[in-house]
Amino acid sequence: MSEGPLLTVEDLRVAYRGRSGPVPALRGVSFIVGRERVGIVGESGSGKSTIGLTILRLLPQSALVSAKRLCLLDTDLMAASERAMRSIRGRRISMVLQDPKYSLNPVITVGRQIAESYKVHSGASTREARRRALEMLEAVRIRDPERVFDLYPHEVSGGMGQRVMIAMMLIPEPELLIADEPTSALDVTVQAQLLVLIDELIRRRRMGLILISHNINLVASFCDRVVVLYAGRIMESLKASELALARHPYTQGLLACRPLIDRAQPELPQLTRDPSWLDAPDESRRGTGA
Amino acid sequence: MSVETSPKPVTWHDWLLAEAPQSRSQARLTRWYANWLALKRNPLAVSGVIIILALILMAVFASWIAGQSPYAQLLTARLEPPSMEHWFGTDELGRDIFARIIYGSRITLLIIFLVSIVVLPVGILIGTLAGYFGGVFDMFLMRITDIFLAFPRLVMALAFAAALGPGIENAVLAISITAWPPYARLARAETMTIRRSDFILATRMQGASALRIIWSHIVPLCLPSVIVRLTLDMAGIILIAAGLGFLGLGAQPPAPEWGLMVSSGRSYLLDQWWVATIPGIAIFVVSFGFNLLGDGLRDVFDPKGL
Repeated sequence: MSEGPLLTVEDLRVAYRGRSGPVPALRGVSFIVGRERVGIVGESGSGKSTIGLTILRLLPQSALVSAKRLCLLDTDLMAASERAMRSIRGRRISMVLQDPKYSLNPVITVGRQIAESYKVHSGASTREARRRALEMLEAVRIRDPERVFDLYPHEVSGGMGQRVMIAMMLIPEPELLIADEPTSALDVTVQAQLLVLIDELIRRRRMGLILISHNINLVASFCDRVVVLYAGRIMESLKASELALARHPYTQGLLACRPLIDRAQPELPQLTRDPSWLDAPDESRRGTGA
Repeated sequence: MSVETSPKPVTWHDWLLAEAPQSRSQARLTRWYANWLALKRNPLAVSGVIIILALILMAVFASWIAGQSPYAQLLTARLEPPSMEHWFGTDELGRDIFARIIYGSRITLLIIFLVSIVVLPVGILIGTLAGYFGGVFDMFLMRITDIFLAFPRLVMALAFAAALGPGIENAVLAISITAWPPYARLARAETMTIRRSDFILATRMQGASALRIIWSHIVPLCLPSVIVRLTLDMAGIILIAAGLGFLGLGAQPPAPEWGLMVSSGRSYLLDQWWVATIPGIAIFVVSFGFNLLGDGLRDVFDPKGL
């Protein structure tokens, strides 16, 4: 197996058609993902989720996308036909969404949804798909797979729903998993369990992970590398362990905004934003070495 | 004696209302039973159910209930008033009107059944496709439905029945052609709210094709509202079928179709009222029954209507 980067994104630009001309959402984003855990952090509206949807080419018609390179190993995702993309989605790249309440079909049992996900790509028989789905439910640590298989989404808890979602997304064994705020809708204690589970599953399968989050603490403790996004542009990309040494004022600002448990702070500092950062030379090339 | 001492729920009623169902099938039955209880609380809906059940029983056991053929003529007994022998009297050819009403229920049910199985798939297919794909495709399909919606239903059904030629099959086709647009509109509206939801996005992320999404994720969610709408529409379908029969474009003589019977009896209306009035009452009662049931179902299935 070639050990080039799994995903290469170079100079990715996305704009949405607005009433008065295009509104930029991503302004030239470049990064690579190997078989590792990359976190993307940023404020609301910084374009985090747009990155995920662009990679899967699921943006609405009104979006204008351009990129120098957008490749999954050797496959050019920009040039792929809709039919080719359908076989890539799920099979090679899949995505876990924020809230399992909304991302599972309410009128289909969770087991059938997982099994269908497997059947779409493997063409397996219904019985084989059921067997695999039960295995997968067990892999995401659901205690009584046989019972849960026949439950409807409203009958499972949030944490269980998100496990089901992960099972559904991992059953076709993709190479890259994009997790868009996978734990934001869950309790803090469940969050930690779920992240440990995701970590274990992707390690075992040697997959790449892009974790999109606004929670810089979580990303710093969980990922190998952190990409900091501001207004559709990468401010800084660095190893998670070196986050404290961040040089960019925006990253420093984000870090300073965290409330600390061991120090009393009457007021948290406000985040300073400087539009001139958007014109600065691309910082993202630095520190991408795996 | 008291209920508390009995260890298990014993009656069907208790079993069906169990707070913690033991199996999925019991849960499903419980839900059906709860819906039934809700429907039962509404006396009008219950009378609708009774009327429709009676109609179905009449159609199934027509030959036993009627006692004689709806086609047997007896010209010496023309236009006889209701009596013990002929409960509803006889018509202009001496045929027993009671037998004809009973056999006529078969034609009515047949028309309703055929129209439903044509209209549901067509309406859902066009509505979900238009709603899911949107854009020019949606515009094209919706302008077609607009054209159909722009004419009064009976007038358009008449035009189609006249063009296709008289007969029950053609009447069914004509009614179906005029009946599908509201279903397409309904399915489209449902689809447009569903297609933006996260679980459809999640399905697309797994590489599901548009047709798979429509068939296995959107159609099941559109079905309930479309079915309630169909029940409410049944009365209209019956009336149009009777209207076509009355105008000579639906069922043909000697078929015991109610609209046709009204039509052939209208020349005797002043002197022999029963010939036209009794089939008219039958049409009224049945469409009334469907309306009552439809209203009741809508109240049960629509959580906002509480």
